[in-house]
Amino acid sequence: MIQAINSALDICMSRDPDVLVFGEDVGYFGGVFRCTAGLQKKYGKTRCFDTPISEGGMLGAAVGMGVYGLRPVAEIQFADYIYPAFDQLVSELARLRHRSAGEFHAPVTVRTPCGGGIFGGQTHSQSPEGVFTHVCGLKTVMPSNPFDAKGLLIAAIEDDDPVVFFEPKRIYNGPFDGHHDKPLQPWGKHPMGEVPEEHYRIELGRANVVREGADCTILCYGTMVHVALAGAEEAHVDAEVVDLRTLLPVDMETIEASVKKTGRCLILHEATKTSGYGAELLSLVQEHCFWHLEAPIQRVTGWDTPYPHAFEWHYFPGPARLAKALTRLMED
Amino acid sequence: MDDAPQERLRLHIPEPKVRPGATPDFSDIEVPEAGILDRPPIDADDQTLHDFAFAMIRVLDEEHRAVGDWNPHLDADTLRRGLRYMLHTRLFDEAMLRCQRQGKTSFYMKCTGEEAVAVAQAMAHRPDDMFFPSYRQQGLLVARDWPLVDLMCQIFNNPKDRTRGRQLPVLYSARDANFFSISGNLGTQYPQAVGWAMASAYKHDSRIAAAWVGDGTTAEADFHHALTFATVYQAPVILNVVNNQWAISSYQGIAGGEQSTFASRAVGYGLPGLRVDGNDFLAVYGATQWACERARSNAGPTLIETFTYRAAAHSTSDDPSGYRPANEEQAWPLGDPIERLKQHLITLGEWDEERHEALTEELRAAVKADLKTAESYGTLGTLPDEPRSMFDDVFKELPWHLREQRDEMEKL
Repeated sequence: MIQAINSALDICMSRDPDVLVFGEDVGYFGGVFRCTAGLQKKYGKTRCFDTPISEGGMLGAAVGMGVYGLRPVAEIQFADYIYPAFDQLVSELARLRHRSAGEFHAPVTVRTPCGGGIFGGQTHSQSPEGVFTHVCGLKTVMPSNPFDAKGLLIAAIEDDDPVVFFEPKRIYNGPFDGHHDKPLQPWGKHPMGEVPEEHYRIELGRANVVREGADCTILCYGTMVHVALAGAEEAHVDAEVVDLRTLLPVDMETIEASVKKTGRCLILHEATKTSGYGAELLSLVQEHCFWHLEAPIQRVTGWDTPYPHAFEWHYFPGPARLAKALTRLMED
Repeated sequence: MDDAPQERLRLHIPEPKVRPGATPDFSDIEVPEAGILDRPPIDADDQTLHDFAFAMIRVLDEEHRAVGDWNPHLDADTLRRGLRYMLHTRLFDEAMLRCQRQGKTSFYMKCTGEEAVAVAQAMAHRPDDMFFPSYRQQGLLVARDWPLVDLMCQIFNNPKDRTRGRQLPVLYSARDANFFSISGNLGTQYPQAVGWAMASAYKHDSRIAAAWVGDGTTAEADFHHALTFATVYQAPVILNVVNNQWAISSYQGIAGGEQSTFASRAVGYGLPGLRVDGNDFLAVYGATQWACERARSNAGPTLIETFTYRAAAHSTSDDPSGYRPANEEQAWPLGDPIERLKQHLITLGEWDEERHEALTEELRAAVKADLKTAESYGTLGTLPDEPRSMFDDVFKELPWHLREQRDEMEKL
């Protein structure tokens, strides 16, 4: 997935001289996760460069560059570090087009690795996507595999609206279904690990049904797509797994069609539960599909605690928890 | 270990010298003689530039003459234009304050006493330089000949309001004047201006950026982010601090002005910090011109502190009699910017009281006529557009959930 992201950046930079890539350690070194490796060498220091450790400054500058007419792609090294830039994201980037009635806008893409399962503790494991879907004016994306990551990132960069692009770091190097004791499978053996070299886009706002099923619908995204597939298999449930890909605007058509077909719905995310993005999904399903539901909607999420270091696997909503919830969902 | 009794710790809370009821006292403000500072080359080293952060650039002396190295040597027409813009700004402010009192707008903010800052700075820049202002730089737009009717319509939120009723009055947007949409969240425009300037440098453009904040906002993180980014990338930007002494009711000591000057914030960042008499039109013009030359020749950014006084209330929602002595502005040791430039022109033989009176009448009539035009489109309470328009521009294209909400609203 790292190569897919790198390829998306490379293609966007080669096609548009106004695409600039910057962030902490992204220049000469190529990023702590190597997503920007080789870009400075290929495109020069003024197109791919290091920034001071100042997320607020970084996104403030990105807004100004976007207003000038550039298409900045900023990397926040960990989603946990995005909060110093919150004001620039929420009060400025998200609302600039609206507050100026279209006189100004800034087509900024903010890339940031999120999620746990890497022994990152509470400051390198968070999934704050729900904080950003709550903000009007931001698009929010989280891919679950290399093929999608490239197509979605290209679409995000080429989009004229600001996009927060979350990259689940646990699946940077291979799909992860929550079985942390098993050896890591590289993306090379996964069908979605096959990434075309050329330019392609995956339209924002379109979900993907990664597994068709008749018993119930699992709504998920990012790492949890792989957990969903594993958990359903372990629970012997014929689940339809919907990978949302874009959280805002969300693909309600696909969600609605699936839930109306199966009559049962489970929402799975790694982020904390209360006021999380799952609460929004639950409301949407309830609003659109209530008369088709045969059982209460289930939520499987991270607990409402900071992401622990030592108890990571007690925290992570893995396939065993999911299987239990699926059994409950099918029993009701 | 020393067992001797130690003085107990005590917490320091800064406090202005005088409060309501007392006589205004500016005795600890040092007003240096005009014209005594050299104008260094724009690429001067840190050592040479260091002292400018603690001194005060002044050009107009007590006899209203322009003296010293920082005199920009403007011709009489340019000086008269500066006077006209400042006066026009003041009369516009007075008219809009009356409109607020009459219920024609919910809110207004005057810049009385600070007119030289925005007007001289706008005039020292090229028209295509990009401005990232705060809310008290309406003089920038006046000096760029932006139609006041447009500003009034933005204030009134009427159908001619180009921001379609989305902003608090005075948070203008004027793209065609190269004037960025004003946020209302303080200081956010500072790193944005730096980013814009970085983009301009990346594109090998010739345009530079300038941003304004008040003394209070220097305490925001964005102020420091901007200084860091400006120095790291040597961005072609001018970062201005309008030190008007007051952040609503908090005097500049609360923002850290008690221990050092705001211009001196630049020193640690390796930037030139120029401290300027903000009520001296020529000093503001000269310092800005220096910083513009410096930025445009790839010699780097500059921080300018314009030392001035907020003669009016913070806004129409504020009453300064609750926290500072009445008529304090009349005791302000740097005088009034309009009066000082007027006296300078008179001293030059290029102006007189009759012409000043005529100009005042002309501008007052112009503001009145503009107001009549703007009011004909509607004042507070006139809807600028169909309510459904609020859903536009959240995104470039309307997504399904906003379409649904818009429909829901319309069915109510």
